[in-house]
Amino acid sequence: MDIKKILKSHKAQFGIVLAVAFFLPMFVKDASVTHIMILVLLYVILSMGLEIALGITDLFSLCHAAFYGMGAYVSALLSIYLGWSFWVTLPIATICAGLFGFLIGLPALRTNGDYLAIATLGFGEIFRLILVNGGDFTRGPRGLTGIARPELFGLDFTNKNVYYYIILAATVSIFLVVYNIPRTFFGRALMAIRDDEAAAAFMGIQVSKYKVTAFTLSGMIAGIAGAFYAHYICYISPDTFVYNDSITILTMVLIGGGGTVIGPVVGAVILTILPELLRSFVEYRMLIYGLVVVVMMQIRPMGILGHLNIRVSYLERRLKKNQPDSRKGKEV
Amino acid sequence: MILQIIVNGLTMGCVYALIALGYSMVYGSLRFINFAHGDVYMWGACFGLIFARMGNIPFLAALILTMICTGLLGVTVEFLAYRRLRNVPRVVVTASALGASIVLSNLARVIVGAETYSVPAFFETKYFTVGNLVLNSLQFVLLGCSIVLMLVLNWFISKSKYGKAIRATSENQEVTNLMGINTNKIISVTFFIGSALAGAAGLLVGIYYDAVYSTMGYMAGMKAFTAAILGGIGSIPGAMLGSMILGQIESFGTTYISSSMGPAIAFAVLIIVLLVKPTGFFGAGDTHSNRV
Repeated sequence: MDIKKILKSHKAQFGIVLAVAFFLPMFVKDASVTHIMILVLLYVILSMGLEIALGITDLFSLCHAAFYGMGAYVSALLSIYLGWSFWVTLPIATICAGLFGFLIGLPALRTNGDYLAIATLGFGEIFRLILVNGGDFTRGPRGLTGIARPELFGLDFTNKNVYYYIILAATVSIFLVVYNIPRTFFGRALMAIRDDEAAAAFMGIQVSKYKVTAFTLSGMIAGIAGAFYAHYICYISPDTFVYNDSITILTMVLIGGGGTVIGPVVGAVILTILPELLRSFVEYRMLIYGLVVVVMMQIRPMGILGHLNIRVSYLERRLKKNQPDSRKGKEV
Repeated sequence: MILQIIVNGLTMGCVYALIALGYSMVYGSLRFINFAHGDVYMWGACFGLIFARMGNIPFLAALILTMICTGLLGVTVEFLAYRRLRNVPRVVVTASALGASIVLSNLARVIVGAETYSVPAFFETKYFTVGNLVLNSLQFVLLGCSIVLMLVLNWFISKSKYGKAIRATSENQEVTNLMGINTNKIISVTFFIGSALAGAAGLLVGIYYDAVYSTMGYMAGMKAFTAAILGGIGSIPGAMLGSMILGQIESFGTTYISSSMGPAIAFAVLIIVLLVKPTGFFGAGDTHSNRV
């Protein structure tokens, strides 16, 4: 009787998902499946980061892959040139990616909507070009090889399962942080800015401060994912952190439902697994991916879990049905 | 030397202008960045390649056929991916455009192929030397075609009845509707014209560089968009002027600064413009923005 109610609570759902995520590796024998699971977690972290900027604050960022790359490169470079341990480079990479986000967040004060999207796209592209033309330091398009794996209590990090659990722990902590943001003053300020910037400013919210903070936080989270990625794959190149990856993360957030926090997780899981399932149709893989994005935007413009928004737009449509439709003008 | 750089800049500027016009016109009427536009340009190059391979089609016929094909492609994309999304946040439409862009570029990968293809020549290339300046007939064709197309467009937008309707739609869609104009139809026309121009640019660039590949749309599209913003998005003379300026900046930049950083120069210009004067030279500003 009460089971339905319990299942509907977020805590129970969260527990079930966590339990599945925790026990899944024990049943998986195939290392390539574990690899995909690790990728899923990395993309969940990335979409969480973008959720803060895009979903909660409505800052249209197209350079999320650059934050991701910043984290990966800072961590990898420190590890290669200075030989520092992953547990030192991870926080530094996070801070650097955050600083990068802060720097990119500054134009967010002056531009809006589409203009911001284009400006961030420009920053992302400049970041890639700097990496490519970085000479011996970043080793240009060849990328960095031989990045050390993390070490902790003598655990064997070449074992994918160990790595999986470390990333799972990071993902869960980040999820809890992002999940609770909308319940804090900070998160409410961000949502107020999203819903009506002028009204939020009128209520005494320092719009610029909050926008930049949102961008910084978004960058930091992507930086964490980047550092984990670099020390997991042990090889990074500028190709991993390009425009296309920003688009991928963006579509994950939007398909899942921006602003719902859980939506982007669902989006990340679906859109990471989908291309892997289509591996046997290599030719048509990205074609199908693009079609899925377009079709999803047509049937659920607010994302899979954007139910609240759907209901509002449904109501609007119902209301409009009783009025003459303004869109169907006829030529006289 | 400097004259050569200016001529090269002018050539690229014309190409950017043809693409930028589509961005600008679509932004004018629907207020979103049509990310699939760069891929329509790429399809123009692909259609050009297909017609060139047939061998017996004269250049002008190929140009016109390409423009019709890409125009219809643009209308189809609008009909399938954007038409239903008129009343949703713009980020959703943009995401749909990004999806459409992925579809178009991968469709080209599947149909045309994933390599870089050279285009069979429509006509013989002749070289002219004036002092130190080396010009070839392709440059003349490119400049000539772009200028004619832009003049025709200018006449169409400012004088014809449809042009008037397009301007009215971009000014205020609802009022235009009330005046008895089917704005959906006008938006289709806008997409047709914009995509046809981009297709012409694709064909011309494909011949000029003798290279067609499925990812050529992204960079050209981004640069053209930069040009459109530089001139003031939504404004047609703005898009032309912005493209010419960007062509020159890029041409001088790649010569005097660094050739591999060429795209970065374009993007740096873009960011500076966005920060200093987001409305560009001729832009009336984004009336829908909620800037504080």
